[in-house]
Amino acid sequence: MSSSATTLEESAPGGSASGDPLLVVKDLKVHFPTGDGIVKAVDGLSYTVERGKTLGIVGESGSGKSVSSSAIMGLFHGTNAQLSGQIILDGTDVLTLSEDQMRKLRGRDVAMIFQDPLSALHPYFTVGAQIIEAYRVHADVSKKVARRRAIELLDRVGIPQPDRRVDDYPHQFSGGMRQRAMIAMGLVNDPSMLIADEPTTALDVTVQAQILDLLQDLQKEFNSAIIIITHDLGVVAEMTDDTLVMYGGRAVEYGKTSEILTHPEMPYTWGLLSSVPEVTGDTSAKLIPIPGSPPSLLNPPSGCHFHPRCAFRDKVPGDLCRTTTPELAPGNRGSTHLKRCHLADPEAIYQTEVLPEIAPDLVEQLGEKSGS
Amino acid sequence: MSTTEHTEPEKAGEEPEEEPVLITDADIDPFEGFAAAEAPKDAKPILTVDNLRMYFPVKSNGVVHRTVGYVQAVDGVSFEVVEGGSLGLVGESGCGKSTTGRLITRLLTPTGGAINFEGRDIAHLKMRELKPLRRDIQMIFQDPYTSLNPRHTVGSIVGAPLRIHKVVPEKQVLSRVKELLEIVGLNPEHYNRFPNEFSGGQRQRIGIARALTLNPKLLVADEPVSALDVSIQAQVVNLLQGIQQEFNVAFLFIAHDLAIVRHFCPEVAVMYLGKIVEIGDRESIYLHAHHPYTQALLSAVPDVKQAAIGGRRERIRLTGDVPSPINPPSGCRFRTRCPIAQEICAKVEPPLLQIGPKQKVACHFPGDIGHHPAEPITASLLGVDAQGNAVPGETAMGDDALNHPGYADTWYDLGTKSFGRG
Repeated sequence: MSSSATTLEESAPGGSASGDPLLVVKDLKVHFPTGDGIVKAVDGLSYTVERGKTLGIVGESGSGKSVSSSAIMGLFHGTNAQLSGQIILDGTDVLTLSEDQMRKLRGRDVAMIFQDPLSALHPYFTVGAQIIEAYRVHADVSKKVARRRAIELLDRVGIPQPDRRVDDYPHQFSGGMRQRAMIAMGLVNDPSMLIADEPTTALDVTVQAQILDLLQDLQKEFNSAIIIITHDLGVVAEMTDDTLVMYGGRAVEYGKTSEILTHPEMPYTWGLLSSVPEVTGDTSAKLIPIPGSPPSLLNPPSGCHFHPRCAFRDKVPGDLCRTTTPELAPGNRGSTHLKRCHLADPEAIYQTEVLPEIAPDLVEQLGEKSGS
Repeated sequence: MSTTEHTEPEKAGEEPEEEPVLITDADIDPFEGFAAAEAPKDAKPILTVDNLRMYFPVKSNGVVHRTVGYVQAVDGVSFEVVEGGSLGLVGESGCGKSTTGRLITRLLTPTGGAINFEGRDIAHLKMRELKPLRRDIQMIFQDPYTSLNPRHTVGSIVGAPLRIHKVVPEKQVLSRVKELLEIVGLNPEHYNRFPNEFSGGQRQRIGIARALTLNPKLLVADEPVSALDVSIQAQVVNLLQGIQQEFNVAFLFIAHDLAIVRHFCPEVAVMYLGKIVEIGDRESIYLHAHHPYTQALLSAVPDVKQAAIGGRRERIRLTGDVPSPINPPSGCRFRTRCPIAQEICAKVEPPLLQIGPKQKVACHFPGDIGHHPAEPITASLLGVDAQGNAVPGETAMGDDALNHPGYADTWYDLGTKSFGRG
């Protein structure tokens, strides 16, 4: 695991002008002991995010996307969760910090934007009061200064009449405005690392586009690193530099977004791509869902976690998929593209068996190219 | 769950039984997948909605609750759904699409307008008269966690419509429930379980089984997949497509996901603030949208293909939020956020004008992106000049000619600027 993490650090995309990855997660494990056994919510996850870059984490519910991010925020202090591995944020290993030290970090260096702003904002306090509180925890300023800062941020995220709306309660905001208020709260201390957990899932497309614009603008302005957790591959395609596909608590495919989404090599990623229709795609494309349901994290399948749902396990010789867990290792497309799969030539299978079903138009284009 | 092979559909040749009294057997494999749904040819309209309006009163605070205004949730909506076809209703939250669905299922009584179902106006039927209608029009709800009673078993949830309508004798209810569970891909032996024992996707299937119990002719599906995980969404969409092909059910499909609607519905209506701004077949809407709002919506959808190019897709930026439906803007309701709005837009409301064999648009300046006309094409039809001021002596074309459901044989051709066959 650690070797693959180093490979990625070296070959991280973007040339890395600053050169220092802001966040390095190494072999992270989050296990929850329960009466029935240990739930391995995250089981050996490694990735890096650089300043000014965006990582997209995709996967179904229960794949460990949110749990791994909550670990970065140190939200498992005081629970019975068993954490191991390393989460190095700007040189500090978050996992070794005490709760008091973590409180100083949380909100200041790393902030999180939650999926449902209506339940993440307190209904009893005004939006302004909640932003002011988040600011004054870390900055020793008067209420007046903090209020000015809150208004300034509400203005920055595009809330009209921020000096009046600062005294509104969350229910007086529309869904998009609440999400913007959440972003304002996350940004109030200029964190270098921002985790957005499904930031636009509950929103309309036009509002979603505005929020994504806002995140991109703010990233340019503050040069912060962003992790976007989502299940919308379109958002991943348009927003992120790197993509991490998670399944059953593990990374199954990791690399540059332009690589992963154009030449996916893992049948689970194929499944994700084939189960959503595209708004510009071919109308003869079929929707092919992934059969079965996500694995139990209590008793995960042996070998490759995905093998019970994998349509291509016959193509692997012997019983390898059932018996041996594949390593997250570079495939045929170089060191910037890691996959956890036994298939020897996934590219060929994708081109001949998957693409014709989900994007017949792309196959024709490829055919024309090779023909000419 | 056992078969994972992607075989070609073989059921295409099979005709559904004539006038099936009850849905008995079906082999819908949600893992097979279907291409985007096609419109049935020469099908008669089963549902005709004409100038439907729903105004909710806004009451003042205090001891005496006076009505101080109205939320114009749905304001003059007209469309048709054909037998075995499906119409998609899209728009941002608060545009009135769910209210429209609730009016058609008559969970709400409309303020005005007509809902003709199989030739009969059902807009103002009384409770007692509605009961037989419920057999024909059923609804699938958005949230599978709140739409099933947690204290009832699946058997009693799915069996309730059978008992209420006394479709089959009490002794046969259970066997019928098992059949239905099998159709939607659930284990029929699980009839004795409670909803909390099922996952979200399975619960949505229970909701679908309940809607299918009475063999409806029209299903109103209100955001049927938006609460589900991506891989489960595809299963449910395929199940609904299979049901439609097998049993020839018409769908009014309400959703905000433009890609799912494109896949499921051969015909799409785009709503904004209680009105339909554009309606047409899939090609017209998704390839040749003429309304700036439709164009903005479509351009805002993130696209997976963008991964190859990198960066964001070019899009039309809409500023501001949707105005309040209590006090909507004068003239065209979209004008406050429209990139091409002119003076006429504030003064005169654009009619829903047919501009193609299967496309209608409510805009003074309809055109492809970047090719919107400079002069309002509707001015002469409405008897006003280019600024929207009334011209003496000119009369507007009647509402009948402009705001009717369905499509006429002749339409206003944007090239020749006259009515004709294009």
